[in-house]
Amino acid sequence: MKHAPFDVIVIGGGHAGAEAAHSAARAGARTALVTMRRDTIGVMSCNPAIGGLGKGHLVREIDAMGGIMGLAADRSGIQFRLLNRRKGPAVRGPRTQSDRALYRAAIQSLLAEQPNLTILEGEVADLILTDGRIVGVELADGARMGAGAVVLTTGTFLRGVIHIGDRKMEGGRIGDKPSNRLAQRLRDLSLPLGRLKTGTPPRLRSSSIDWARLEMQPADDDPMLFSFLSTAPTVRQIACGITHTNERTHDLITANLSRSAMYGGHIEGVGPRYCPSIEDKVVRFADKTSHQIFLEPEGLDSDVVYPNGISTSLPEDVQHDYVHSIVGLEQAEILQPGYAIEYDYVDPQSLNAALELPMLPGLFLAGQINGTTGYEEAAAQGLMAGLNAARQVAGQGPVILGRDRAYIGVLIDDLVTRGVTEPYRMFTSRAEYRLSLRADNADQRLTPLAADLGLIDQTRSALFEGKLNALAQGRALLEGETFTPREIAAQGIPINQDGQRRTGMDILAFPDIAPTQIDPLLPAFADLPDEIRTQLAIEALYRTYVDRQQRDADALRRDEALTIPETLDYSDIGGLSNELRGKLTRIRPQTLGQAGRIDGMTPAALALILTRIRQDERLRA
Amino acid sequence: MHTIFALATARGKSGVAVIRISGPAAHQVGAALARDLPAAGRFALRTLRDAGGGILDQALILRFDAPRSFTGEDSVELQLHGSIAVIRAVERAISDTGLARMAEPGEFTRRALMNGNLDLAQVEGLSDLIAAETEMQRQQAQSLFTGAMRGFADTCRADLLRAAALIEATIDFADEEVPVDVSPEVGQLIARVIVAIDAELAGFSGAERLRAGFEVAIIGRPNVGKSTLLNRIAGRDIAITSEIAGTTRDVLEVRVDLDGLPVTFLDTAGLRDSTDAIERIGVARARQRAEAADLRILLDDGQEVAPDFGLAIDLRYATKSDVTGFGISALTGEGVDQLLADVSAALSDKLSGMGVASHERHRQALMRARDALNLAQTAFASGTGAEILALHLRDGAAALDSLIGRMDVESVLGEIFAQFCIGK
Repeated sequence: MKHAPFDVIVIGGGHAGAEAAHSAARAGARTALVTMRRDTIGVMSCNPAIGGLGKGHLVREIDAMGGIMGLAADRSGIQFRLLNRRKGPAVRGPRTQSDRALYRAAIQSLLAEQPNLTILEGEVADLILTDGRIVGVELADGARMGAGAVVLTTGTFLRGVIHIGDRKMEGGRIGDKPSNRLAQRLRDLSLPLGRLKTGTPPRLRSSSIDWARLEMQPADDDPMLFSFLSTAPTVRQIACGITHTNERTHDLITANLSRSAMYGGHIEGVGPRYCPSIEDKVVRFADKTSHQIFLEPEGLDSDVVYPNGISTSLPEDVQHDYVHSIVGLEQAEILQPGYAIEYDYVDPQSLNAALELPMLPGLFLAGQINGTTGYEEAAAQGLMAGLNAARQVAGQGPVILGRDRAYIGVLIDDLVTRGVTEPYRMFTSRAEYRLSLRADNADQRLTPLAADLGLIDQTRSALFEGKLNALAQGRALLEGETFTPREIAAQGIPINQDGQRRTGMDILAFPDIAPTQIDPLLPAFADLPDEIRTQLAIEALYRTYVDRQQRDADALRRDEALTIPETLDYSDIGGLSNELRGKLTRIRPQTLGQAGRIDGMTPAALALILTRIRQDERLRA
Repeated sequence: MHTIFALATARGKSGVAVIRISGPAAHQVGAALARDLPAAGRFALRTLRDAGGGILDQALILRFDAPRSFTGEDSVELQLHGSIAVIRAVERAISDTGLARMAEPGEFTRRALMNGNLDLAQVEGLSDLIAAETEMQRQQAQSLFTGAMRGFADTCRADLLRAAALIEATIDFADEEVPVDVSPEVGQLIARVIVAIDAELAGFSGAERLRAGFEVAIIGRPNVGKSTLLNRIAGRDIAITSEIAGTTRDVLEVRVDLDGLPVTFLDTAGLRDSTDAIERIGVARARQRAEAADLRILLDDGQEVAPDFGLAIDLRYATKSDVTGFGISALTGEGVDQLLADVSAALSDKLSGMGVASHERHRQALMRARDALNLAQTAFASGTGAEILALHLRDGAAALDSLIGRMDVESVLGEIFAQFCIGK
């Protein structure tokens, strides 16, 4: 079998692979997505939910760039909830439970609709190299496919090993075989590989749960969706159940701890601190007598429930016992046991900011292979890796989002600059420009760029233009007129009678002011759509802080504009400590800004690097 | 990376002179002169020879291996006989190896800073220590050099880190089992750091004066014995004294160690209206310096009540007790010891509450931190959003960090994970 050459081949059909293939195709590359099983494209291997804090921000950004995760989440969302609804708008994160089947169907149909994109079934067994550059892939059946660039998204499949107690089996996900030949090949290429682990809880049969005894958590009344194209959920909304572990659960776990794969010493990979197994929780927080569990239905018509909060690597009999010790789960039937999975990842410090491996030009990596966890983190990398692979084949420079522009930029910069010590998950606290990087303005931050890059269609462009116009109109209204403290107080807004005239924008910046409170002052503002009014109120609220952060961001951009030549020899720069010299040589920061974020970097060392760049420039001049 | 060398002791005749060599080729340079080196951290007596085999000196040679040296690099120290010619010959021989160059001023310390052996405040402390003239200055510099600023910053930072972690936990883990209301503890933590910073700021001016030295102005009408007192304090004739009023025109200075305090006494022109143009300039200078001084001593010969000349007077003495029978006498020395004790006590008062901050750079960083934490406290009290409070805490911590190092988001997350059970 011989295929016509593709511009970009994406290996893997998970969240990184699907997004990578879609963005490469949108960027104009003839793209192939190669996966072991076509029907598993878009499968949610772990919890049936999209979004959350930081993660929801990523999905909004993916959508603003024309990606598919937000659309698929909206089409399959069965319990939309805006997290932190009562906190500041910058830290609100949209989240939804998704119907697994609907989500997978949505992804598959979005990919099918995309021109330039071919989906092929097969196991990629080898990478084809010519003169050190990736020029294609070889399938397990011996077929060879040429490509200008390859995006590798192996998820947990690289030398995947599943642990249930002391039972251990090879697998990329329960029921799926791992990619061992490709893993061996990557080892042979001497990529810097490490081992991580993650886990998943047992799945329960919904009809065996005593729902009547449980507290229920409903969906939001006015849901915030992920895509800027969506207006309302398309499927029925459901509630989740909440229950708790108890002392008996903890006793059972403690008594059987040595039989857990983690505590029995069967696992070498490092797991995430923020997604601990129930064993971890019981051991590390021994003084807590109870932990919360969310019982999340996996779909509208599904009889499977995902008990969020009790992921485990204990043997099946112990899983049965401790599940049955929990209120509401006394009779629960376990459909699939919980397990821990270990897999290979590539040290992301060996990547550049385009997510390409400079040691193997033409090879881009995205998702869990780079040490991240989470569907959203994977998709965000897929989007950028696919885009940059397509651009490289077309002879165009890479697109790199700054930390001041997008959570996607924070994510990739953290990975390539600082590396990982545990599976990396996004948090809002990782973004130093958190007040400007909001879920509500992801389109304003990124859609113009996506339009310039040719990544979005007419519908989205038109919708965005309309929103920009409405915002401009609203701003003009709010800035166009000023009011005396007396006029403002007459609307029941507490204010100092200081004689200062204030604009509508000034008034909206007061804490706890609803846009409706200024409607009587500015009747024309009242006529604007709610979405626009809310957005302007958020702008007003953060304006002073965002202006201040802007100055920091400008300084950052100056540093980012200063590129470090790839040929810079750090061993030749006097005054650098050996530790920093080692890190700089390994990470090879592309800009002075990136160098500044390397762990342990000092202002003095940055000054040395800058001096050397300047000296070299003078020598060349 | 160059290897550098320099004479570490003062140039000139002395018992022992020390040459320091630091950098990747330091051991090679040492071996070129001494044939072989002692083990790391040890010393040995060696005959140093130049390239032609000519004997340079019998020297004690000390070997340090990175990172256990002052600079954090491989280093060698040569203890030579303190002869100008020996020093020159050894320096030439080191240069001739082609492996090392003369260090620039401060280069050893800069390397220690780069390699993390010293933080920025410690470098300041080292420079103060070398400049210290009195016991109090030595103690102050020693404290800065041994890392007291890091201690202060670390303590404050730990509190801010904890506060930031509590706030961030309620933001990023809203769905988890973290405490819902963290405000009492956050409020206490912020207040505690503000108190600590305020104490440093309150003690700053005293600490800064101790580091730079105090000035005490002796003022009074012409011919009340100011210059005689200055000479008495100096123990020698510095100022011209005469019976003629208006003898002193310029401001004369004497620097003394007063109970460990560095004090400069200023003898000034007698304050009076004068028609003499030069004396008028002298009087103007006297006023100017007296105003700027840390302490003003007013002398008067007691014949009538002395006016204050519009200056804040700290201490007053009647002079010429040898003539009048009361007060002090600069001429005989009567009462001068008491005067010095009074000055010492008054200046020591200014040092009460003194902390580590003694450089303008410290004050500015502390002020920045204080401003950010004030904003945090206001945001906290008015119930402004947690994300804004977090921004101010971050700014405050960054300002404190600029005293010595830096903090990042990983340490905040680390604190969160250590404290709470996160993960459903």
